[in-house]
Amino acid sequence: MTTAAARGPVALVVHQARFDLRGFLRNRQARFFTLALPLLFMVIFNGVFGDNVVGPGSTKASAYYVPGIAALGVIAASFVNLVISITAQREGGILKRRRATPVPAWVLVGGRALSAIGISLVVVAGLLAFGRVVYGVKLPTSALPGIAFTAVVGSLTFCVLAYALSTVIQNEDAAQPTVMAIMLPLYFISGIFIPNINLPTWLQHVASVFPVQHLAAGFRHSYLPGAHGVGIVWSDIGVLAIWAVIGVAVALRRFSWLPKTASA
Amino acid sequence: MVSVRGLRKRYGAVDAVAGIDLEIDRGEIFAFLGPNGAGKTTTVEILEGFRTRTAGEVSVLGMDPAHGGGAWRDRVGAVLQESNAEPGLTVRESLQLYSGYYREPRDIEETIALVGLGEKADTLAPQLSGGQRRRLDVALALIGDPELIFLDEPTTGFDPSARRTAWHVIEGLRELGKTVFLTTHYMDEAEELADRIAVIAGGRIVAEGTPGTLGGRNSMASTIRFTLPQGTGADDLPAELRALVAGVDGRVTLMTETPLAHVGTLAEWARGRGIDLPDLDVRRPTLEDVYLELTEEPA
Repeated sequence: MTTAAARGPVALVVHQARFDLRGFLRNRQARFFTLALPLLFMVIFNGVFGDNVVGPGSTKASAYYVPGIAALGVIAASFVNLVISITAQREGGILKRRRATPVPAWVLVGGRALSAIGISLVVVAGLLAFGRVVYGVKLPTSALPGIAFTAVVGSLTFCVLAYALSTVIQNEDAAQPTVMAIMLPLYFISGIFIPNINLPTWLQHVASVFPVQHLAAGFRHSYLPGAHGVGIVWSDIGVLAIWAVIGVAVALRRFSWLPKTASA
Repeated sequence: MVSVRGLRKRYGAVDAVAGIDLEIDRGEIFAFLGPNGAGKTTTVEILEGFRTRTAGEVSVLGMDPAHGGGAWRDRVGAVLQESNAEPGLTVRESLQLYSGYYREPRDIEETIALVGLGEKADTLAPQLSGGQRRRLDVALALIGDPELIFLDEPTTGFDPSARRTAWHVIEGLRELGKTVFLTTHYMDEAEELADRIAVIAGGRIVAEGTPGTLGGRNSMASTIRFTLPQGTGADDLPAELRALVAGVDGRVTLMTETPLAHVGTLAEWARGRGIDLPDLDVRRPTLEDVYLELTEEPA
């Protein structure tokens, strides 16, 4: 039997992604935070605010929440899950052990990103389908490639940011609280939990610096009345790309495969 | 296989490794022995290519590990001091994952059998006992069929039976013709497994040799101990033995570099007097004694 390594780097990335995905699916906590929690948010926010009207276009709030929670789903799969898992694997010596083999570093990162992108696409598809069936929030078929593209770019950006953030987290116990401390305020000001049109202008400006709002806006675009085309908003994609570049720069400078709390 | 000259690693103002030389030949089981914090793991991590060095020359399999690369890692296996199991994967799946990293890996089932995990092949790796998990680590290091294997404190924290099993697995590596670089702080482990031992303390090599000759153990004085019956004192011993008395504390202790001759003299004297020495014992210094002496912190 030829091994993944013998079949080339692409086969090796797929090989790594398969096993990362299997590990993820067997982790009850990761499953809950990534698959169940976004759905729970979807039900809660639509249940409470779904029939309100948002903004000057008189959009129904559910059409606002469905794409916003889809962005949260991508972030849960690509960022929250990854920061916690990378930190635990680094401190547990798992990353170090893998690096002691001939597998190239970029294959390990690429495999991880590929599995996160796959999970993100499934989560987004599930959430949007749920929104369509339960809340009647419609999406033009022509927008699907754009939604998928935005999901992939968003997932990749947040994967890279996960690697970057993990470099400042000392141990796995600190990972979950750190991620929550960063993401909860961003969810509130970026139009995920509350429509950001209701926020003071300065707070809207603050939110527009960060990638969360742009991922949500990218998804929301195709839900707006009168939306047409493939549904890719290049300005939002551009901000995501800038964050991805920042993430890569930080990760390349600071990322270590070795535990921070190593014994001498 | 491994050649080290003047290796130095400085952290801040402290030399964790203060200039060491090592030479390890193909097929050898080499034990690198020292107390915690002596510089063992730092040295191994430099040899594995995980850490840079401050000074010195290092060659592992003919290459500088700092610039090892994939082709070099293909030939080196590492069992790290602390590494958790692959989350969510069984024993067999963990080996499938790692075997995919190599171009010509060993057979998975055969490797599982080699470390004695045949019955646990479908168990989730994090559910294994500590000893079993360590054996899985050995299997993961072995799956690429490396020429050289680093084992960093493979039995720390094990109960005696798990240690025996682990030793058996390491002995098996010798039969496969692997070169093994073993670090440990257990003297008996080094004595049981190693062809050659180097002792490191305070970042320096303080002794090097085979388990039998380490630290001049073969020429160190042995002790003869016995209790004399009532009414007989150490002063009654023949002059030849009286000169060797190192202590009389209930039992008489003699120190000698020629234990056989002196036991003979003692036996003759005792028989002549019609007394018996039922608790007589003759002891060579253990490797433990040598080790403790070598690694003793200067007062």
